[in-house]
Amino acid sequence: MGGKMTERRVTIDVPSLARVEGEGALHLKIEQGTLQHLQFKIYEPPRFFEKFLEGRHYSEVPDIVARICGICPVAYQVSAVNALESLFEVELTPWIKQMRRLLYCGEWIQSHSLHIHLLALPDYFHETTVLGLAAKQPDAVKRGFFIQEAGNRLIKFLGGRSVHPIGLQVGGFHKAPSLAEAAELHRYIESALPEAIAMAEWVARLDMPDEQQSFTSVALTSPHYPLETGRLKSDRGLDIGVDDYETYFTESQCPHSTALWSLLKGENYLVGPLARLNLNVNGLPPFLDRLLAKLGNPFPSQNMFHSMLARAVEICFALHEASELLRNYKVPDTPSVPVRVKAGECCGWSEAPRGLLWHRYQVDAEGIIRAAKIVPPTSQNQARIEQDLAQSLQAFGLEHSDEALRLHSEKVIRNYDPCISCATHFLRFSAERSP
Amino acid sequence: MATKPTVAIHKFSSCDGCQLALLNMGEALVDLTGRVDIKHFAEAGVLDESAHVDIAFVEGSIVTKLDTQRIQQIRKNARYLITMGACATSGGIQALKNLAKHPASWPADIYPQPEFIDSLDRSEPIKAHVKVDFELWGCPINSRQISAAIGAMLEGVMPRDDREKLCIECKRQGHVCTLITQGEPCMGPVTRTGCGALCPEFGRACYGCYGESELPKNAVLARRFLGLGLLTDQVERRFQLIHPEPERTLGLGHGGQDD
Ligand code: SF4
Ligand code: SF4
Repeated sequence: MGGKMTERRVTIDVPSLARVEGEGALHLKIEQGTLQHLQFKIYEPPRFFEKFLEGRHYSEVPDIVARICGICPVAYQVSAVNALESLFEVELTPWIKQMRRLLYCGEWIQSHSLHIHLLALPDYFHETTVLGLAAKQPDAVKRGFFIQEAGNRLIKFLGGRSVHPIGLQVGGFHKAPSLAEAAELHRYIESALPEAIAMAEWVARLDMPDEQQSFTSVALTSPHYPLETGRLKSDRGLDIGVDDYETYFTESQCPHSTALWSLLKGENYLVGPLARLNLNVNGLPPFLDRLLAKLGNPFPSQNMFHSMLARAVEICFALHEASELLRNYKVPDTPSVPVRVKAGECCGWSEAPRGLLWHRYQVDAEGIIRAAKIVPPTSQNQARIEQDLAQSLQAFGLEHSDEALRLHSEKVIRNYDPCISCATHFLRFSAERSP
Repeated sequence: MATKPTVAIHKFSSCDGCQLALLNMGEALVDLTGRVDIKHFAEAGVLDESAHVDIAFVEGSIVTKLDTQRIQQIRKNARYLITMGACATSGGIQALKNLAKHPASWPADIYPQPEFIDSLDRSEPIKAHVKVDFELWGCPINSRQISAAIGAMLEGVMPRDDREKLCIECKRQGHVCTLITQGEPCMGPVTRTGCGALCPEFGRACYGCYGESELPKNAVLARRFLGLGLLTDQVERRFQLIHPEPERTLGLGHGGQDD
């Protein structure tokens, strides 16, 4: 590069986007220092789950939909059983409801700490991997693994293994764990909670960009913080039940992309930990109110970089909730209730670690799935990510080198923790510039 | 200092669940990097897709034209290639489309603009495209399996392939038999060991996520399922889930999914 800016057209190709569970491409066109065009695309070779659910028995659904995502299989299983159990009018016992919540806590803890420590934090220490980070911040990484293991153990408790657990079924669980198992797990969870609080305080002290953006937060809400159930609200007045989702939200395909875009009345919106905390900050247990007050509670927040702290707070919440649920653990008479098949259409949702996960099924009188539709969090965030990138990159300064722009873009994208099961991790970053 | 063996982790069409066998290892992951040099593992932030390595681990199945080119290059760059999990080893659950009558129409059923979808009509295992030196079965594989494989390779031997029937492990653990005692259609008699007999431990029938065992008596088990009162198509579905295999003979006569 030499002399003045003359005709300049730059194209950079980055073979992979690291530490994002998805395959994306970002294309920028910068003319005379202004952003003319920005496109964020997800390339996810489709695996066609909605097609091969057709013709399957309802009892197979939890094991099938789990395979959509290795990091949030519980979310897929719970949204699915929520839908089917509502159609079959299953009356769940309090024990089943509590254990569903406990299982879900495990997934949040596992997924959030994986994201914080392995995927997001290295950026803030000028490292590319958790291994580099472990050399600089050994205690923080050790603590992160300890917390992540709490999540894994919770899922194993009810599901046998933390990826594609096998314990859940329509109507309840296959087995109730013993008192001894519950007591041992409870001890581990109790020891992880103070570590998580220390981690949240540490995350709150990290130097984050202060960048306010205007966006709509969308999340389930419930008086006791939403995991597996709630009503869907936004900070702009939306308030709906599960069957009304499609009246307000539409999906469309953006050319050259394999993820479907989801819009709320034609506008983009945010789902995930930040949106959840924005809408439910009043539903936290008192110890978290105190913790947040001490940290200068930024929630509700319009700064996407607060997503990491939101994840940390949710880990604390989930550990506390799990501890409460385990403290009073009792072995029930039966881990499941009988199910009577009914034909019809049904919807179900829950708050996956990355945000709202909505399912719809059509079931015949034999209990066979005739049609399925699944709207995952990442397709809901996709339009928001694009808008965020446009705003963030301009605030960051388009005069920066291509490499700096790419790094900043990746950091912005990682705030959303775009969901996995999206294939081969190619971020093809290209910037076209003319003077 | 002796140079450490080099390793790469590659991903194709999958749910990323098998990579979690590494990412959920905790500190053992950091220890592992003391013994091997990880050259490429995008999920963990190590990027060098075209690195030449001693061992390439591959997750996921081949579903696009681009995949078919990438896997050739990965094979060329690796001394040993090991598949991780059902997707890479047998095509995985997404290979259910291999049983479908008109898979070519599937993109149009889901996407308004199917012309933008790069998707082959089949989901294929890695071995359909390149030579595979060792296979890790399971959906997902667990940390024990991958640690054992790396451990053996570090000792200079190929990992041991255990195709024993799940049934044997289940009996060793003394679980109530879901097939005989509970009359459930358990796949344990034809499924390979490796999970630790998780489903029977939870009182439910195995659904075969570790793939086919040695000497699987599929037709015998299929008849047994019919005897339990399952209909032909229910038996078919039972056998064709995580490791769909159009060629599998169940001896159920007509009524298969390929009619
Ligand atoms: S084998 Fe199963 S767990 Fe592994 S990547 Fe494929 S779907 Fe996921
Ligand atoms: S028992 Fe069967 S289905 Fe269950 S985890 Fe083991 S191999 Fe998979």
